[in-house]
Amino acid sequence: MKDQTRAPLLEALERMRHDRLVPFDVPGHKRGKGNPQLTEFLGERCLSVDVNSMKPLDNLCHPVSVIKEAEELAAEAFGAAHAFFMVGGTTSAVQSMILASVKAGDEIILPRNVHQSVINALVLCGAIPVYINPQTDKRLGIALGMSVTDVKETVAKHPAAKAILVNNPTYYGICSDLKSITDIAHEHGLVVLVDEAHGTHFYFGREMPLTAMAAGADMAAVSMHKSGGSLTQSSLLLCGPHVNAHYVRQIINLTQTTSGSYLLLSSLDISRRNLTLDGVEIIEKVKRFAQYARDEINAIGDYYAYSRELINGDSVFDFDTTKLSVNTLELGLAGIEVYDLLRDEYGIQIEFGDLGNILAYVSVGDKNKNVERLIGALGEIQRVYKRDNKDMLESEYITPIVMMSPQRAFYAEKISLPLEECEGKICTEFVMCYPPGIPVLAPGEKITTAIIEYIQYAKEKGCMLTGPEAMDVRRLNVWKGE
Amino acid sequence: MDDLWYSEYHTPRVRFSIKVTKQLHQETSDYQTISVFDSEEFGRFLTLDGIMMLTERDEFIYHEMIAHPAMAVNPNIRKVLIIGAGDGGTVRELTKYPTIEHIDVVEIDQRVVAVSKEFFPQTACGFEDARVQLHFQDGLKFVRRTELAYDLIVVDSTDPLGPGEVLFTKEFYGNCFRALTENGILINQHESPFYQEDAKAMRAAHRRLAQVFPISRVYQAHIPTYPSGHWLFGFASKSLEPLADLNAMEWNTLGLKMRYYNTDLHRGAFALPTYVREMLDDEV
Repeated sequence: MKDQTRAPLLEALERMRHDRLVPFDVPGHKRGKGNPQLTEFLGERCLSVDVNSMKPLDNLCHPVSVIKEAEELAAEAFGAAHAFFMVGGTTSAVQSMILASVKAGDEIILPRNVHQSVINALVLCGAIPVYINPQTDKRLGIALGMSVTDVKETVAKHPAAKAILVNNPTYYGICSDLKSITDIAHEHGLVVLVDEAHGTHFYFGREMPLTAMAAGADMAAVSMHKSGGSLTQSSLLLCGPHVNAHYVRQIINLTQTTSGSYLLLSSLDISRRNLTLDGVEIIEKVKRFAQYARDEINAIGDYYAYSRELINGDSVFDFDTTKLSVNTLELGLAGIEVYDLLRDEYGIQIEFGDLGNILAYVSVGDKNKNVERLIGALGEIQRVYKRDNKDMLESEYITPIVMMSPQRAFYAEKISLPLEECEGKICTEFVMCYPPGIPVLAPGEKITTAIIEYIQYAKEKGCMLTGPEAMDVRRLNVWKGE
Repeated sequence: MDDLWYSEYHTPRVRFSIKVTKQLHQETSDYQTISVFDSEEFGRFLTLDGIMMLTERDEFIYHEMIAHPAMAVNPNIRKVLIIGAGDGGTVRELTKYPTIEHIDVVEIDQRVVAVSKEFFPQTACGFEDARVQLHFQDGLKFVRRTELAYDLIVVDSTDPLGPGEVLFTKEFYGNCFRALTENGILINQHESPFYQEDAKAMRAAHRRLAQVFPISRVYQAHIPTYPSGHWLFGFASKSLEPLADLNAMEWNTLGLKMRYYNTDLHRGAFALPTYVREMLDDEV
């Protein structure tokens, strides 16, 4: 057991500050002195540790001292064989674990409700996605976890597949049966990758859903900056005991900056220490806040703040009770509409709204009075804006029809067509609906009438559609043909 | 000789000071720092987080003006909700009406009531009335689940920075709207138009009230110990107009003894200076 009260990176930065080294290296702002306005804005203490790699501070690309120690402490805290500090967001952690596991032509099994970073990784490496349709909850209009039966069937149908990726938990807090999925995958020689972006706190709370590392998964991408409290863009990539960590480092170094920010790195170190020492208490507090808000929101009526009652032993194997996900369909309003009303009319910014749901992110930083404001504002939205809900879209899941690999389609000869003329064509670009950032179309997929209608509907409801070259998504790039 | 002064910054460049003879109390509750001082000029006074709440000498102005205008417009008010007001002054004024049947007082900070009972019997006496029920909780939370229950809601809050912040939000005003009966009136402490920061809060409060209530008016009083001395109150209602519906005759037959409020002043209080009127007009 290592001394988890230590924070080697923090200590090294403090030593450096104390030693008053004369900087004749980058960054050129020289501890902020060369950019007084930036220093005024961000603070002198902050700028004084925005420094470059140097011997006393180690090097992220090739850690041998304080970064190595900090990563080892993190690995122990998360029950991993190895932990990588990442400075390109969880996107880079997700992509690195995919690039480290599959190559051009390899099959990778994944649920459709993956983050766009996953499919971007497939464009980079040329692997072929095999989608498992996530089970959906028709009433809530959300994708659930992976069903074990679906995993078994898909693995049997694709004996050559090299890896499986699991989203656990989903944005909405839904967990799959990670242990069974991992065991099945391992029996068939698949590498198990877990996008655990929303599950940092699972490693530290009491009575939490199973973590990727505890389930025996091979790699997991963990967004420390979400529930872990570190700075935006900092993240962790965890590896299990059967992964060649040196190869993973080489993969990370293909795309990661050689000037890793010490602001981000130290925030990972400090947050890991904080979670190890006080995590249980912090997460219990978040759970209490979320449960209180759930009860009060459900008492308003027309809203459904869901929780463990969704658990069904399979596609909802467990539920993360720190998540405050609320279905708004009974109210006659799309989640995105409630999301906009909360911000524009009540000055409350929540995490996201999709067609039927909103998610308010609850954390240790919340105060009672703000939770009361959120509940009060939802009550007001019901009083003032409630309407007949007969026109609401029931479910937003559309089964993708993969015609070619994302890489082949993305780099192919293409033509641009108006959206309404795209039916039957093969899309060569992404269409993402934000929130929640799950692909509507990925390169290589057939464009159907249902998809065109969905895009039009999402636009009408105020979702942000991103990805295509035509930024207003009135046109799509499609495969030109042989 | 001691030269002890209480000072409050009304702006970063303007300071208001009272010579203090003695500090009687200081504590930090779960929500704020509560202090009580004694002075020759203003008698005892209460501050929260260093900001003046009331003095023995001039509290009558604030409390009469927050309580009586609504009663003179609708003498049939039976059920009242007061939010904030841990010192008891607003309750004291409203308990003067035998026709009021029930008063709920919702104060978030139990310690403010306790300190007031100990040091300000002159205002805290209001809590002794049998019709008054005290609730120690968040005002927004209390009002949230209430529907068509009150004829009058008085929001006697601290400034919008600090624990009173929630009581200046649109969601709070909306929840109050729902809690009011069809002739319901909401009176709120509405900040001051004079100094820039206070004026900003004042305008925001007016904008949000006007978005929620069909009738939203503002009236004024002169309160020597509040920033600039020129203080505003909001009169928001579902149907009653503060001037057109004033029941001066009926109110005067009650024969209540006042030191500041009278029905002539009621009419004058709604006549606002031009610069204040312009600020308010900009917001709706």
